[in-house]
Amino acid sequence: MKPNLRRLKEKVIEKAISLSGVISIVFVLLIFLFLLREGLALFRKEGVFAFLFGKNWYPISEPPQFGILPLVLGSLLVTGGAALISVPIGIAAALFIAEIAPPRLREIMKVGIELLAAIPSVVIGFIGMITLGPWLKNLFGIPTGLTALTGSVTLAFMAMPTIVSIAEDAITAVPRQYREAAIAMGATKWQTTWRIVARAARPGMLAAVMLGIGRVIGETMAVMMVTGNAARIPRSILEPVRTLTATVAAEMGETVQGGSHYAALFAIGIVLFVITFIINGVADYALHRSQH
Amino acid sequence: MNPRTAQKIAFTLLFGATALVVLPVLVILGIIVAKGVSAISGEFLFSMPRAGMTAGGILPAILGTLYLVGGAVLFAVPLGVLAAVYLVEYARDTRLSRLIKLAIVNLAGVPSVVYGLFGLGIFVTFFGFGASILAGSLTLGIMILPVIITSTREALESVPRSFRVVSLSLGASRWQTIRHSVLPHALPGILTGTILGLGRAAGETAPILFTVAAFYLPRLPQSVFDQTMALPYHLYVISTQVPGIAENTRYGTALVLLALVLLLNLAAIVLRSRFRRKKKW
Repeated sequence: MKPNLRRLKEKVIEKAISLSGVISIVFVLLIFLFLLREGLALFRKEGVFAFLFGKNWYPISEPPQFGILPLVLGSLLVTGGAALISVPIGIAAALFIAEIAPPRLREIMKVGIELLAAIPSVVIGFIGMITLGPWLKNLFGIPTGLTALTGSVTLAFMAMPTIVSIAEDAITAVPRQYREAAIAMGATKWQTTWRIVARAARPGMLAAVMLGIGRVIGETMAVMMVTGNAARIPRSILEPVRTLTATVAAEMGETVQGGSHYAALFAIGIVLFVITFIINGVADYALHRSQH
Repeated sequence: MNPRTAQKIAFTLLFGATALVVLPVLVILGIIVAKGVSAISGEFLFSMPRAGMTAGGILPAILGTLYLVGGAVLFAVPLGVLAAVYLVEYARDTRLSRLIKLAIVNLAGVPSVVYGLFGLGIFVTFFGFGASILAGSLTLGIMILPVIITSTREALESVPRSFRVVSLSLGASRWQTIRHSVLPHALPGILTGTILGLGRAAGETAPILFTVAAFYLPRLPQSVFDQTMALPYHLYVISTQVPGIAENTRYGTALVLLALVLLLNLAAIVLRSRFRRKKKW
């Protein structure tokens, strides 16, 4: 190839590289823009306040009511329950894998956790629906096994891989001198792990918990299959609930493009996008700080 | 309490917690294999569904998923690799590169159903592709972009700086250096990311709900503008929307999907560990 032709080719390639470099920013902006484009109409018509704090989600009654409070509470209930289960277990598992397990066992556990993360959410939902649901139903003697609690337990297992792997990275990153100093002063392995290492890894663990929660709030298929989908304000964790994500997934098929219901589901998308954006931003900030 | 005893109790508890995280994989796998394996047959894998999905096979769902993940990877791999090359080889540690990294984190954290909404808004409606393989593939492609970028970045960063210095000092241009001295060594890492992306895209349901997935379509798609059935959506449909499907058909479908996704992930894990072990520089 002639030298100037080659230089031209390189110019083109380098241009493509720097364009691709910013593609992630472009897509994040595009996602937000298109959610706004389709969803803003609802805010204009119903008002932001009535949308966020309205107690009734009756999208197909006449006139329709688009209050997402029951859905927000449904999401919070399921997510809170999942966090209560997955955070202690996940952090404990991360400590075990990073500090205590012998190398071979560590590798096996890590592969297991990676595989758990890989199981499609629809498969987890299917298993939760068929095994966990009936089991909880018998255990508590409730009319249906598809409840907020079923969702919490199911989603806890989906949050754990995220929590474990990120917390484990944070624990491994704690400088070795901390451990050596503690051991040299006569602390046991466990005292070192709990009082020194776990404390030093706190910011990274916070990030792990945030990202785990982010995963749970955004989870759709599993939660839709196991929570029973009743769009009412929940009174107990043993009642069916409906989350923000499940509402979008379940109802989009019934909407008319450009109608209020359609816009309302995109408006829910905006809410979800903003929530996860904040969670991921905070987690990223915590991770960044823990590395310096 | 005696510190030794405390340690014993604590370690036992931590081990229990770890078992609780890992065991479900075996339980889920065990249940699905035990109850689903009886459904697997040549007819199940290679024929059309019949009689409202109560009989016949799941061929269009399997092929549909293969088309979708193929399209997603075709779109995401070139873009993701170039983006990673930019971050590792070109960008300095500026505010822009911070912003890009933050965007990648956020892209990875956007809920899958929001990707579905986005795909519906931009590809199905705005670009007018309709519910189609094209729209579904592009949506899945954007979703797996962070996976590809992250793996490629890790692979590029593991190539020693001296490789670049030597190549540049011999008079090679920046792109020649990347093309001939850096990318070849990062190839296994890129491949790992691609396989992980395939696995992720194959299992996702929410992004394809409104962009491509067909409820019941007992024929094969003819072009990228056709709708198609897909494995994860098919499993959702037959386990919640259609009554009277035999139990082992459901488990069989779950087994095929799970096998596909887990085999892809296992392949990626093996490839990555061999790559890490082989590196001797």
